[in-house]
Amino acid sequence: MTHLKLGASALAISAIAATGSFAQTRDQVQITGSSTVLPYATIVAEAFGENFDFPTPVVEGGGSGAGRAKMCEGVGPNTVDIANSSSRISQKDLDTCAANGVTEVMEVRFGYDGIVFASAVNGPEFAFTPSDIYNALAETVVKDGALVANPHTQWAEFNPALPAQDILVLSPGTKHGTREVYDTRVILEGCEATGAMAAFMAAGQDEDAAEESCLKLRTDGRNVDIDGDYTETLARLDADTNAIGVFGLSFYQNNTDKLRVATMNGVVPSTESIATGEYPISRPLYFYVKMAHLDVIPGLQEYVEFFVSDEMAGPNGPLAQYGLVSDPELAATQEMVRNRVAMGPLN
Amino acid sequence: MSDATANGIPASGAPAKSSLLTQDALMRKRNAAEARFKAYGIAAIALSLSVLFIMLWTIFTDGVSAFRQASLTFPVTLDAERLDPEGNRNPEEMARVTTIGYTNLLNDALVAHLAAEGISTEGVDDGDIADFISRGTPAELRDQVLADPALLGQTITVSGFASGRIDGYLKGRVTRETAAVDTNISVEQLDLADRMVEAGILTSGFNWRFLTNPDASDQRPEMSGLGVAIIGSAYMMLLVAIFTLPMGIAASIYLEEFAPKNRWTDLIEVNISNLAAVPSIVYGILGLAVFINFAGFPQSSSLVGALVISLMTLPTIIIAARAAIRAVPPSIRDAALGVGASKMQTVFHHVLPLAAPGILTGTILGLATALGETAPLLLIGMVAFVQNYPAGPFDGGMLDPATALPVQVYSWASRSDPAFIERSAGAIIVLLAFLVVMNIIAIVLRRRFERRW
Repeated sequence: MTHLKLGASALAISAIAATGSFAQTRDQVQITGSSTVLPYATIVAEAFGENFDFPTPVVEGGGSGAGRAKMCEGVGPNTVDIANSSSRISQKDLDTCAANGVTEVMEVRFGYDGIVFASAVNGPEFAFTPSDIYNALAETVVKDGALVANPHTQWAEFNPALPAQDILVLSPGTKHGTREVYDTRVILEGCEATGAMAAFMAAGQDEDAAEESCLKLRTDGRNVDIDGDYTETLARLDADTNAIGVFGLSFYQNNTDKLRVATMNGVVPSTESIATGEYPISRPLYFYVKMAHLDVIPGLQEYVEFFVSDEMAGPNGPLAQYGLVSDPELAATQEMVRNRVAMGPLN
Repeated sequence: MSDATANGIPASGAPAKSSLLTQDALMRKRNAAEARFKAYGIAAIALSLSVLFIMLWTIFTDGVSAFRQASLTFPVTLDAERLDPEGNRNPEEMARVTTIGYTNLLNDALVAHLAAEGISTEGVDDGDIADFISRGTPAELRDQVLADPALLGQTITVSGFASGRIDGYLKGRVTRETAAVDTNISVEQLDLADRMVEAGILTSGFNWRFLTNPDASDQRPEMSGLGVAIIGSAYMMLLVAIFTLPMGIAASIYLEEFAPKNRWTDLIEVNISNLAAVPSIVYGILGLAVFINFAGFPQSSSLVGALVISLMTLPTIIIAARAAIRAVPPSIRDAALGVGASKMQTVFHHVLPLAAPGILTGTILGLATALGETAPLLLIGMVAFVQNYPAGPFDGGMLDPATALPVQVYSWASRSDPAFIERSAGAIIVLLAFLVVMNIIAIVLRRRFERRW
């Protein structure tokens, strides 16, 4: 019978352990969301744990949309406090939040992330304009004044200044937060600059339909959507040295020995050229704070203030060293965080 | 009668048409088929072994370097003015000097030490020298000083890790060719590193802290370690064993020894086999819905991880335990029943002890599979950056956030700094070592206790 007793007592112990002592509070801040923001959030969390008496926040990745959905699940210690996001929150998310009792959300924009095009370090140099990318990747392009299905196979075919190299671009997948800025700042710009937009509208499409036509990328394998991390893009680039990859600025800065960055409109991407707006492709990075948790979870307010402080997010702070473009309006953000201002309706 | 002779039986005197010693065409064909089949088998084994070998080889060549680490050793004068501006030696007031203050102190100390040793720093400015020091070292020094304010004013020898790229240079990952195009490190810095190695300031040794340190951010790959992940995995395996073993044994004994054979038990049997084949991510979704959202267990905790993995492992353990119980010959049961033992006594005094080695082997192999699971942990918040060690097992440590070994492999593999590639492979080596140990325990148990009939 000893076996039975042993088994029964083990079960009993585990049952007690499982249900017994649940503190209804949580000691550490829980953060989830964008994998682009993840490295910045871990740098801040680490420094926060070192310099404050609070435990180091727990930071998860998983994607902007998933993070915001998780934040909007409700209020309480078993829900997360902060959602990192590489795109702005949508009205749909806010509605879900409100329906689940998360009425007050603080929107914190802490900086900008540059999007760069880069090729293998041994390959030729590229100097792009949005038109080049559009001509290379769109399903329909303007050739000799007429809309035709994209016939280009090499970069030099439409821009003699570019190398005669087969076209292959590793674009961010549609699940990526990067995709939105890629679509609007590169593909759409190129669509307008090459005259394809005007041609679509001349063919009888209204503006929305024309934009949609612009955003249709070729599907013959010369544009490859990468849904994974930048490390996957880098691995693909190692395997096929003809490829052009799309990366975040910070990823490029950590791998300058493997990547050769392309200029856009003649501007070399750097934190400085992005901050001044010379380099055109960047997007704001956000995190969203559940305000109902501010006085409940110890350290939450301090973490948020520490994140946007000049020490961390300022132009000389560790985040900028890692590749974040500091927000010129950081002082206003610090003020807002101190006063705990909830975000208004989206405009 | 004469027909029989005509139908193949050789007439006496004529030579035999076939013999065992000479092969006819059919025999040759059959032998050739056998030889071919053997060749296929050997080819299949050779192919799988070579794939395994290539995999292990790449992991080991990539990952072994994670167990070595470059360190800097130099004297630092703990300037009381800078570290305790108030002068009260009160740790609470001293805590206002952040790690940034300590970073500057360390940078100045290293520059001064290089000058004192007469090491040329040509082409390298003070900021580039500061890049040699890991960003984790100031935090360690700060902790040390806050714990013992009496150190202020003294000159102590600090031994801290070198930064990831200098470490990579000593390991051969960073070369002069890559440094020439890498904006994060210059060839002059590598020259200085060479001189520092000669002077004994920069040394390289076995990196125990790879096994004990918690995770670190992207800016200090050299400080990252598997400490939290190992504790998390250990807690989970312990809890999984506690949850699944009694339940699995009870279920399999009932099904094998007591349950009537009818449509219901058949249905249960089919379902157990089906559950063993359900993709593990499904259990993660279930865990999120039931244990976190409904029961309110804390996120990212090893308890929830263990519950989810228990659900996943339970069918495997039940199947293994039933096979072990079935392997006990009926004669044992008959003999026990024959001398008047009850059914219960038969099972617990005779069948279960004889089946125990088989059950344990199956359980350990099930745990080994569970040890390598990441997918279900993704949904319950264990794929995360966790820097604080969970508390001890009796202080509610199983409710604290933790990660697990395979999770660490996954999250390091997606980091941007190239130093994390070696650490990811290093984590795989540690995971494989754990799996090998578990499998060896399973084999030893089987060898020592298994009875054959």
